[in-house]
Amino acid sequence: MTVNTNTRGWLYVSPLVLILIPFFVIPIIVVVIASFLEHDGFGGMLPHFTFANYAGIFSSELTLRLYFSTVKFAILTWIGTLVLGFWIAYFLVFHVRNQLLAIGLFLLCTIPFWTSNIIRMISWIPLLGKNGLINSALLSVGVIHQPLEFLLFSDFAVVVAYVHQLTIFMIVPIFNAMARIDKRTVEAALDAGASPLEIMRYIIVPLSKNGIALGSIFVLSIVMGDFFVVKVMSGGGSASVVSALFEDIAVLQYPPAAAAAVVLLLIVVIMIALILRTVDVRKEIAR
Amino acid sequence: MSAPSAALPRSVARARNRVAEGVSPKRPWTFWVLAALFTAYVLALYGPMLCIYVLSLQDVRGGLVFPMKGLSLHWFIDLFTQVRTGDVKGGFERSIALALMVTVLTVVGSFLAGLAFRQRFKGDGVVFYLMIGSLVAPGLVLGIGVGLLFQYFGLQAAWYTSALGAHLSWTLPFGVLVMFAVMSRFDRSWEEAARDVGATRWQTIWLVVVPILAPGLLAVALFGFTLSYDEFSRTLQTSGPLNTLPLEIWSMTLNVTSPSLYALGTVTTIASFVIIGACLGTIALIQKRRAQRVAAH
Repeated sequence: MTVNTNTRGWLYVSPLVLILIPFFVIPIIVVVIASFLEHDGFGGMLPHFTFANYAGIFSSELTLRLYFSTVKFAILTWIGTLVLGFWIAYFLVFHVRNQLLAIGLFLLCTIPFWTSNIIRMISWIPLLGKNGLINSALLSVGVIHQPLEFLLFSDFAVVVAYVHQLTIFMIVPIFNAMARIDKRTVEAALDAGASPLEIMRYIIVPLSKNGIALGSIFVLSIVMGDFFVVKVMSGGGSASVVSALFEDIAVLQYPPAAAAAVVLLLIVVIMIALILRTVDVRKEIAR
Repeated sequence: MSAPSAALPRSVARARNRVAEGVSPKRPWTFWVLAALFTAYVLALYGPMLCIYVLSLQDVRGGLVFPMKGLSLHWFIDLFTQVRTGDVKGGFERSIALALMVTVLTVVGSFLAGLAFRQRFKGDGVVFYLMIGSLVAPGLVLGIGVGLLFQYFGLQAAWYTSALGAHLSWTLPFGVLVMFAVMSRFDRSWEEAARDVGATRWQTIWLVVVPILAPGLLAVALFGFTLSYDEFSRTLQTSGPLNTLPLEIWSMTLNVTSPSLYALGTVTTIASFVIIGACLGTIALIQKRRAQRVAAH
C-alpha cells in the first residue's frame, strides 16, 4: 500500500515535475554556474572559476544601496497590501450579508487584475502627473499653489503602483481563509462575552494566518523580482536589483548579472523561509 | 464562500449594536468605515483605468493627460496601421495562443498535482518546495537561465517553446496553490461513496471529483490565462525573435508617447473582459444547474 501511494503520488505530480526541472531547476543551476565564471566583456563567458562577480557586488556601495532600496519597496508594499487586503477581505466575508453580493463585490475587486499590469500602471500617469487630475483638482480647490512634484516619478508613485497591482494577491487568499472560518465560532465567542477586539485577535487573525502568509509570499516575491514598475514609475530616479541586472544583460554582461541574481535569490529565499516557518501552507490540504 | 454563514451576521450585528448605539439599528459602525474603505479601493482600482479608456478616444490632437481633445477612434486605427507602434496585431495573436496553451496545461497539471498532494508520499516535500521556489524566483532571473540554457544547447528560443515553459514554471505552482484552496473544501466522503458503489479510481476522478471541482478548475484556468497573457519578465529573455503583447506594450511605453498606448490598453482590457465574462458565465451556469438539480430532488 505504501509503495502504491508513493507511485500514485509521483504519477500525479509528474507533469509538474517535468516542467519544474527543465524550466526552474536547471535554469537556476545555469545562473549559479554563470555567476562564478569570468566574462570577456563581449558577451562571452570564459570557463574560469572566479569570485570576482560576487566581490564586485559586496564592494560596491551603489549595488548594496540597490538591494536596500529593493527590500524597502518590498516592505512598504507588503504593509500597504496587507492592511488593505485584510480589511477588504474582512469586510466582504463578515460584513456583507448577502453571499451573492459578497461574491459579486469580490469579483469586482479581481476583475482589473485579469487585465494588463503594465497598462494599469501606465494609467496612473494621467492622474498623478504634473498636469494630472490630482494636481489640477488640488490646484483648483486652492489647497496647493503649485503642482506636487512627488506624485509621479518618485518612490511614492512606485509604492502606489505596487499596492494598486498587488493588493488582490492579499485579498484572495485572506478572503479564502476567512470564508472558511466557521461563523458559529464567532457567535460562540460573542455569547461568551468576547469583545470585537478579542474576536479579531483570538479568532479571525489566527484563522486567517495561512491566507496572510500566502498573500505575503506572493507580494514580496513579485516586488523583489520586479523591475518594470520601478523603472517607469520612478522615472529613472530609483532602481531595483533586477533593473540593474537587466541593464547588465542588455550589454551582455552575463556573469555579473548572474551573481546579482543569485544574491537576490538568496534574499528572497530567506524571506519566504521565514514566512513558511510561521505557518504550514501544506496543512491547508493535509488536514 | 462556504455554506454555514446564513445564521451569523445577524447575531454579530445584534451584539455589535450593543456597543454602537444610535447608528442604524442593523449595521455596526465598523461596517460603514470598512464600506468606505472598500469604495475608495474600488474607485482607485477602476478610476485610473477609466481615465485611459476615455483618453484613448481622443482625436488626432490628443495628448497623454486631460483635458480631452476631441472624440474619435483615431488612435485605435493608428495602433493597428502604424509601423512605429510595432507589431501589435501579431503580438496580440501570439499572446492569446500562448495563454491558451498555458491555460490547458496549467489546469491539467495543477489538478493532478492537487490530487497528489492530498496525501503524503515519499519526496512530496521536495516537490512542494521546488514549486514554491519556482513561484518566488524573480522572473527575469529565471528567464535569463532559460535563455542561457537554450543558447547552450543551440536551440532557438521561441514563444511556443522556451516562453511556454517559462510561463508554466510560474502558472503551474500558482495553479497548484489555488487547487490547495479548492481541494481543502472538498469532502472526501463523496469520493469514498463513489468507491463504495463500485467506481474505479478513474471513474471516481472523472465522474465525481472533476465535476464537483469544476468551478475551482475554471478559476485555475482564469488564473493561468491571465498570468500568462500578462507575463512580462519571464518572457523578456525567452520569447525569441517574435514579441508577445506585453513585450510590445513595453517597447511602446519606451518610444510611443501618444494615446495609441491608451488605445492598446483599452483593446487588451476588452479582450480580458471577454475572457473573464466567459469564465464567470460558465461558473454561474454550473452553479445554477446544480441548484436546479438539488431543487428537483
